[in-house]
Amino acid sequence: MATISVRTEDFDVAAEIARLTSGRTDIGGLGCFIGVVRDDKTHEPSAHGLRALTLEHYPAMTMRAIGRITDEAERRWGLLGCTVIHRVGRMLPGENIVLVLTASAHRQAALDATAFLIDWLKTKAPFWKREEFQSGEGVWVEARDADDTAAARW
Amino acid sequence: MPAPLTVLYFAWLRERVGVAEETVSPPNSVATVADLIEYLANLDQRHAAAFRDRKSVRCAVNQEFADASAILRPGDEVGFFPPVTGG
Repeated sequence: MATISVRTEDFDVAAEIARLTSGRTDIGGLGCFIGVVRDDKTHEPSAHGLRALTLEHYPAMTMRAIGRITDEAERRWGLLGCTVIHRVGRMLPGENIVLVLTASAHRQAALDATAFLIDWLKTKAPFWKREEFQSGEGVWVEARDADDTAAARW
Repeated sequence: MPAPLTVLYFAWLRERVGVAEETVSPPNSVATVADLIEYLANLDQRHAAAFRDRKSVRCAVNQEFADASAILRPGDEVGFFPPVTGG
């Protein structure tokens, strides 16, 4: 059963790993992905810098959508444990956005399941990012075809 | 479709419509999500602006992703939003 949290507060990666592995000796590998707010200065509206990123979601739908994705990962890779934490609200460059942790007997399942989870979170969970630039301008981030392509490989 | 529907908007659809949630009572002829979009788009200028670029509008019915052909039932919750950008 996956641990899923959608919240405004940051997460402590070491504490989450400890929670996932506590009291267990059957885990042989952990996969970890951390998404971070990035100030991409090559991106036109961001030439003067990103001030903040705000994540909006569809609360009544989010937990179920993530649960469906973690169920699929647990089933396909026989995971021994899985944690997904997704932050919402306003975040500054350098702050964490999302944590995906997977535990399995062998490395390949943990690594593949981690990639699957983040690819699917990007395309099948109801979150929307709004970028706020130093200029004061704000824009909603557009979905990228590359994300659909990444999700489709699974 | 005489009974009301709850309609939710997210991201730029919410900004364009000007509300996050509303209750609408479309005529009986509104049977599907596509029909509802057509109905909403003709309510006023704000709704028209929100639904102008229909290729960029995604939908969920009762918190499950749905396509334009999905059949609506009285009391359904219908969410409209752009393609998701989380992760």
